[in-house]
Amino acid sequence: MRFAPHTDDDVARMLEAIGLTSLDQLFDQIPEGVRLARPLDIPDGVSEMEIQADLDALAARNRSTEDLVCFAGGGAYDHYVPAVVWPLAGRSEFYTSYTPYQPELSQGVLQVLFEFQSMICELTGLEVSNASLYDGATALAEAVNLARSTPGRGRVLVSAAVDPRYVETLRTYGRGAGYEPELFEVVDGRGGAPDVAEDVACVIVQHPNAYGLLEPARDLFGVAHAGGARAIHVFDPLSLGVLAPPGDLRADIAVAEGHVLGNHMHYGGPFLGLIATRLDDVRRMPGRIVGETLDMDGRTGYVLTLQAREQHIRREKATSNICTNQTLLAIAATIYLAWLGPEGLEELGRRCAAKAAYAAERLTEVPGVEPLFGDAPFFKEFPLLLPKPAAAARDALIERGFLAGVPLPDADGHALLVAVTERRTREEIDGLAMGLKEVLA
Amino acid sequence: MSGIGAPVRTQDPAGGRGTIKELSRPGRRAYSLPALDVPEAHMPAEHARASPPGLPEVAERDLVTHYTRLSQRNYGVDTGFYPLGSCSMKYNPKIAERVAQLSGFLLAHPHQPDHTVQGCLELLWRLERALCEITGMVRATLQPPAGACGELTGLLIMRAHHAKQGRQRRKVAIPDSSHGTNPASVRLAGFEALHIPSDGRGLVDVSALERLVDEDVAGLMLTNPNTLGLFEEEIERVTEVVHGVGGLVYYDGANLNAILGRCRPGDMGFDIVHINTHKTFATPHGGGGPGAGPVGVTEPLVPFLPVPRVERAEDGQFRLDHAAPDSIGRMHGFLGNFGVLVRAYAYVFLHGRDGLTEVAERAVLNANYLAHLVRQAFPLQYPNGRPMHEFVASGRPLKERTGIRAMDVAKRMIDLGYHPSTVYFPLVVEEALMVEPTETETKETLDAFAEALLQAHREAHEDPELLHEAPVTTPVRRLDEARAARHLTLRW
Repeated sequence: MRFAPHTDDDVARMLEAIGLTSLDQLFDQIPEGVRLARPLDIPDGVSEMEIQADLDALAARNRSTEDLVCFAGGGAYDHYVPAVVWPLAGRSEFYTSYTPYQPELSQGVLQVLFEFQSMICELTGLEVSNASLYDGATALAEAVNLARSTPGRGRVLVSAAVDPRYVETLRTYGRGAGYEPELFEVVDGRGGAPDVAEDVACVIVQHPNAYGLLEPARDLFGVAHAGGARAIHVFDPLSLGVLAPPGDLRADIAVAEGHVLGNHMHYGGPFLGLIATRLDDVRRMPGRIVGETLDMDGRTGYVLTLQAREQHIRREKATSNICTNQTLLAIAATIYLAWLGPEGLEELGRRCAAKAAYAAERLTEVPGVEPLFGDAPFFKEFPLLLPKPAAAARDALIERGFLAGVPLPDADGHALLVAVTERRTREEIDGLAMGLKEVLA
Repeated sequence: MSGIGAPVRTQDPAGGRGTIKELSRPGRRAYSLPALDVPEAHMPAEHARASPPGLPEVAERDLVTHYTRLSQRNYGVDTGFYPLGSCSMKYNPKIAERVAQLSGFLLAHPHQPDHTVQGCLELLWRLERALCEITGMVRATLQPPAGACGELTGLLIMRAHHAKQGRQRRKVAIPDSSHGTNPASVRLAGFEALHIPSDGRGLVDVSALERLVDEDVAGLMLTNPNTLGLFEEEIERVTEVVHGVGGLVYYDGANLNAILGRCRPGDMGFDIVHINTHKTFATPHGGGGPGAGPVGVTEPLVPFLPVPRVERAEDGQFRLDHAAPDSIGRMHGFLGNFGVLVRAYAYVFLHGRDGLTEVAERAVLNANYLAHLVRQAFPLQYPNGRPMHEFVASGRPLKERTGIRAMDVAKRMIDLGYHPSTVYFPLVVEEALMVEPTETETKETLDAFAEALLQAHREAHEDPELLHEAPVTTPVRRLDEARAARHLTLRW
């Protein structure tokens, strides 16, 4: 299957126009020594029907949350994607467009991104946001780069209850930027006492944290500020109908994984990095920012603004190297948040919390199962201590149709992290409890 | 002539320009949730949100109309010709969209154990091998979610390589015509940018390169064909010079489309390659993303690739391997933009070996044909070099004669029904018009576009106001960017 439309006659006429006799001549400037003298070792092309069959077969080799009842979280969650989101976000005027370099032809994407930035500010209680970053983990790395822009403050303190994949990503980015993230210990899965010396750039707290537990975030951010460091809050956007937002908790920078806003899990990507900061930091913000302005006739319109921060203008002095981001997912998130509205966001948060509380109660009734950290408060996710290795229990529950959670390294691999979204029914939760009882028996 | 971006006229209570927030009315709603089937739970008071966020309250009907209308104020590849240089805005096959939505992919949770996602892992494994064959590399990571992240990945691999050799080097060389992400990535990776000038042909000035590189140079980043659309004819010498001082050579894959099946970065002496799947392999750009930026490396650099990696065991089972002591680590929270990689996979295997070679041939043919049609009016910046998949024309003569700038021409092209080319890039060319037609356009489209460009050129002499005033057919006219930066309004 090919998409180039040329007929033989087209090729002949075009070659003639440019004074050549063969397509090979178009490549004459490639030195002999580096030309590929053989065909690529890739199969011959196939028809559309054949590629569909190939991918149908590959997809069929996966189990997925279509047939497994999903209680897995750990940074990716089975929230409901309303019917209205993708028929709109998936309109090809959006998805086949490039970064809006010609604003007059891109008012659609630009305005949606302006609405997106507005909604992220509303959610977080912070003053500015941007047109998205790659995912939650890389958004955190960008936030750290921003925080480290204060001279003399280079150290990065991270709660040990921040998602370990985020910490690994920081460690990678830190190799280039010149820092090593330093973990501060938590007590019973949360809290801790970061030692904020005068060379500390930021204190990073995830709330709800990687165990799903609620952190004393206001206090931890207060400790960061007392030491003159920035407070970075890794948040869950769908918790913010019920939990106090980063701005109220006095976070300086808030970042999140935003796929939960109307986007599918897609085996972990594409995901959606969210960031919001205080206005003071807007010129240090990474990535695209959309601003409102007027056209020649005084009509309201939108443009990419503050581009002097960005790589295509500032080159090595740019605040980040990001160019392509996750705009299409941001469009879906905007539509999703408009669908939810303030009331829907709160109701959805209450559903998650109620179902998670019910699930924790039922699952800890299973003989031998107890909460990993006593009665620590949580939102939609919580860790259990099992009498058996969690990976084995998880695998056995897959045979019963449940994706029961994410095994944690804690307690010698006997800990299981269970997430419960608004999609889970009482019946499914009861079924999981029953299944767990059987596999542990 | 009908302008683009001027959709059917509709009655619109917000005058067509209001945000969704302006449609909000207290108590209106779109969402529905099932009745709660478990007891209510209460969040501890000290954690509770004090006041609800100011999200819009709208009916589903409102939001469908609002976002449909906004989509009509946007121009995509499906709308028409999109010759944005350096961006490879080719047609995005619909079949690739459909297979990416298969539930086995779309609804897979990234923490599922390997034995339940063998289809995902095998797809990644096959795609990695195909990309390595196309680029002449040995192994690749598919984790970087975009080209710029691929650059950082490659540079961190470069850094890890030199650390392993026992001495860190400080500088990375980049040509003056490079994309801005190159120097930005260089700095993020902890290096300093060393700028290499171009010669009179628009190619890397090899003697300057020889003079400038030394044992403090970790490597060179290069696009080939370069940002001027020209093939670096002395590429063997270039890579030899860098290798001569112990440096590595990095291939920026922005222009890989031009050479598919004809030559491979690995055979030119490159050590690290990134690919922009949203350029070469037609994964749609989504108005700014998501993309994907896989990075391939030669054998000695394999130990430094990010983790986790997809491996195939002897029994044919695929698994994620996290154990690699020299790895630079993780570049993404999970495995990168998997859904984008499914589309790239579909594109690569639909085309196959001959199809990919044909892509490059037709892309280069189209660019040369279009350059031929317009070069009298807009001379090529480097007239002696044969363009590959794109060409950089100069609007400087036109500006000198008429005062009309490249941006004015671009805006007039909008009124004539086209998305303009890239303008003012690369930065080293004055009044640059960088045109990349891609292989998926017909001769008729190229003829008509050339005609429009020549018309704009004529009008610049005869009726310059048309260009100064353009565009007039779009929902908004030229926007005041200085005002946007001065009076920051970044939210409602």
